[in-house]
Amino acid sequence: MGETFEITEEMKAKVGKESPPWTYEVSRSAVRAFARGTGYTDPIYYDIDAAKAAGYRDLPAPPTFHGTPVYIPGKSEETYSTPLECDVTITLEPGQLPNIMDGGTEYEYFDQICAGDTLTSVAKMASLDTKITSSGKTMLIQSLEFTFTNQDGNVVLIERLKVINH
Amino acid sequence: MSVTWDSINEGDTLPELHKKPSLTQLVKFAAGNWDFNPLHHDIKYFACEYLGSVLVQGHFRAASLGELVQTWLGHNQGGRIKNIFCEHRGMDFPEADIICKGTVEKKYEENGEKLVDLTIWTQDNDGKQNSPGRATVVFS
Repeated sequence: MGETFEITEEMKAKVGKESPPWTYEVSRSAVRAFARGTGYTDPIYYDIDAAKAAGYRDLPAPPTFHGTPVYIPGKSEETYSTPLECDVTITLEPGQLPNIMDGGTEYEYFDQICAGDTLTSVAKMASLDTKITSSGKTMLIQSLEFTFTNQDGNVVLIERLKVINH
Repeated sequence: MSVTWDSINEGDTLPELHKKPSLTQLVKFAAGNWDFNPLHHDIKYFACEYLGSVLVQGHFRAASLGELVQTWLGHNQGGRIKNIFCEHRGMDFPEADIICKGTVEKKYEENGEKLVDLTIWTQDNDGKQNSPGRATVVFS
């Protein structure tokens, strides 16, 4: 199947389309949980006085953490906790490019995210591309973009990731 | 341990960050990032049975690379992460070493910003770079 894969007009129509917004909460407990899970021992991620002494408004979000998506049963994906209505990935036909590879994630920061922030995320399919592998098979590269805007209306983070179907 | 714009030179190496996450640590990470893929905690999950182990989350390695860069930058020294990227090419297993490393590739000024480009990666005990990446930090 891989050899004959082509991006359809229907797929192309999804490029650039934005998802509805979804709320990500950056609570103090969530910052502590992420820092603890990563293994940080730096007190600024746990102790508000230490964070303020280091010049932060509140506990800073460690790099690659942008809060937790509001979870609502039936509206959230059960494994990844992400909002179902914001899934902008292309659904392929059964058997079509059945394997998935992580093409990497980039986090571009415009400002520091801190505990107490409420972020609004909008997802979009930035581009769809195909690439022929050295063995002559086709890969589909889905480039996704998530824009996080804080409670003051400022974009604080753009997360870009690639999903590779092959 | 932190750096300033003046103290950074091209070719510098970042202090290494060593990780050896237990399965419990991976569960703590899942509690932090809300990704409950059984691949990372359930040894009876078919893919884990096939592999003989659960797998370390790719995001754990990305977060660890973030910790590597942020620890090097310190706090309140005028530097912040502008962007950070990594991809995931291989598998890491619990109780195995993950060494986070980085080097300063380029120090330059562009559009009035003081920037430093880093090459960052994780490697296992065989020297395999399972999460190669890059980051740019900006100084004000």
